[in-house]
Amino acid sequence: MNLHEHQAKALLAEYGVATPRGQVAFTAEEAVAAADGLGYPVVVKAQIHAGGRGKAGGVRLVRDAAAARDAAEALLGNTLVTKQTGPEGRLVRRLLVEEGVDIARELYASFLVDRSSGRPIAIASAAGGMDIEEVAATDPDRILTVTVDPAVGLQPFQARRLAFGLGLSGRTAGRAARFLTSLYRAFDGLDASQVEINPMLVTGDGEVLALDAKVSVDDSALFRQPRVASLRDVHEESPLEVEASRHHLNYIKLDGSVGCMVNGAGLAMATMDIVKLAGASPANFLDVGGGANAEQIENAFRILSSDPSVRAVLINIFGGILRCDRLAEGLIAAVRSLGVTLPIVIRMEGTNVEIARRMLEESGLDFTTASSMQDAAEKVVARLEAV
Amino acid sequence: MAILVGSETRLLVQGITGREGAFHTAQCRDYGTTLVAGVTPGKGGQEAVGVPIFDTVAEAVERTGANTSLVVVPRPFAADAIAEAMDAGVGLVVAITENIPARDMVRAMRAAEGGPSRLVGPNCPGVITPGQAKVGIMPGFIHREGSVGVVSRSGTLTYEAVHQLTERGIGQSTCIGIGGDPVIGTSFVDVLERFEADEETEAVILIGEIGGSAEEEAADFIRRRFSKPVVGFIAGQTAPPGRRMGHAGAIVMGGKGTAADKMEALRSAGCRVVESPADLGAAMEASLAAR
Repeated sequence: MNLHEHQAKALLAEYGVATPRGQVAFTAEEAVAAADGLGYPVVVKAQIHAGGRGKAGGVRLVRDAAAARDAAEALLGNTLVTKQTGPEGRLVRRLLVEEGVDIARELYASFLVDRSSGRPIAIASAAGGMDIEEVAATDPDRILTVTVDPAVGLQPFQARRLAFGLGLSGRTAGRAARFLTSLYRAFDGLDASQVEINPMLVTGDGEVLALDAKVSVDDSALFRQPRVASLRDVHEESPLEVEASRHHLNYIKLDGSVGCMVNGAGLAMATMDIVKLAGASPANFLDVGGGANAEQIENAFRILSSDPSVRAVLINIFGGILRCDRLAEGLIAAVRSLGVTLPIVIRMEGTNVEIARRMLEESGLDFTTASSMQDAAEKVVARLEAV
Repeated sequence: MAILVGSETRLLVQGITGREGAFHTAQCRDYGTTLVAGVTPGKGGQEAVGVPIFDTVAEAVERTGANTSLVVVPRPFAADAIAEAMDAGVGLVVAITENIPARDMVRAMRAAEGGPSRLVGPNCPGVITPGQAKVGIMPGFIHREGSVGVVSRSGTLTYEAVHQLTERGIGQSTCIGIGGDPVIGTSFVDVLERFEADEETEAVILIGEIGGSAEEEAADFIRRRFSKPVVGFIAGQTAPPGRRMGHAGAIVMGGKGTAADKMEALRSAGCRVVESPADLGAAMEASLAAR
């Protein structure tokens, strides 16, 4: 789960990570009041779950109340298109109004779990304010990494090594080391999959601050992070995805016309791939889970078929232990109760598959059964072309 | 011989008293796996699925000689259960539980470091050596004894591959789901090392997916040290970047971990890479015929 910058900063501050003073605003009036309270100059920052806001005009430095109002009005209720939002952009619904700070140096710091070692690592760079993947590709010598032993956390000597490695010295190096130590504690305490500070700022006075902050929290840990979970902003997600998550379905909206319903994430991806190879495009990723019970099937159908771009449905269930006749029963009931009129191609494997195929074919509904993934992909494309 | 599980497996199940746990334990036993114990803290002295329950893994191992553990414990307690089994020196720990917080897994792996145990998973279907032992939740009946090893990050997609093999009369030596999470105990390379050493395995199907670099590491290993034919497939060729595709580990980040890169890495290591998941069985048939 991703957080807004203002939420991330508030959480990080609780762990002692220094941030500029700031306040969230949902209206132009709130923005002006916040700016007046902070004292000018302030920075008005659009809050959306996407990077590249600065270059897209979503971050504005203002020197008085009138300019603060203009900036807030220009951003709120308008769509911001950054290189990460896609061409449709994101609607700005909230702002962060923050004190202006003077910038001496822009650094980079993040913590994430390294998949190869199975341990947290710190990544730091003196090349802050830039896309870190680009730095890694073009200038790998400017990337510092430290592996953290999760049993003891980031050690002071490791934090110092990073701070000195960033070219800092004296009191500033000490502040940076403390900043990184706090940042690790936040990463650990919040069950974050990544915390990223870019830029990590050194001010003219040698203070170290998080000028921007990105925190992603491990979805699997939200059950024990209720405060973080409560910060979810559903406006940042597609409505169908929000609805799907309420039913514990893994659904991701795509731009094709073949609705896919599959059990298992790997098989769901493979099904999307084979639809593409057969000459059509998947409308979604949808994993109904290993069990695929009747209730989940109905929920999945409702979500799938409420996407207007879906023109045909492909169901691919490798049941194994699951009884296919029960699955067929659930499918027939769901299609009847929802009044689905889309052509549906079904491929399933499992116990009693022959009985299940007969039930579907005799149901009087528009089911086409398929004998393999390949057969299913070809049949759904044929149905699509016939529509 | 096969790898990891077989007729020598003595299985204990952590979480045997749960509804799913009891169901899958019985399935494993009915497949022919030697089931010796269950562990549920607080239920020691009782019985489930016809075997004694112990409060701790250490006690279960001491009393029954269990050498393999199947972990079907709910996620808040799953990483701790894994660490307990590894601490007790159980040779193979197979963790089925999905959605375990990554931080818990990082700590459990750290706690077990240096010990003799091997962890498979979590978030995986388990390990099966057809005709000998099933330690997992996969449907046993789709498998057939034979000589093709299968290793995969997925569950049901592994069943699909196995199904295609069995339909063509091609049996399997051992099938292993290594799991879809970012932090897992056993990598592709760990499994390939064992398949290389296993005389019964003649060829391997490797099923990867987007995210991370495990497939690239596997390709590097195959180029240098793997002598048997490999058929590969990477799921997620059509997945959008930046989105987590069901599995916590299946995400293309910063242009890294794409299906195209992984397919190219495997191809350049000499693997037969199929674009369509429907071609896995046929490609293996061709690979076996070409030897």
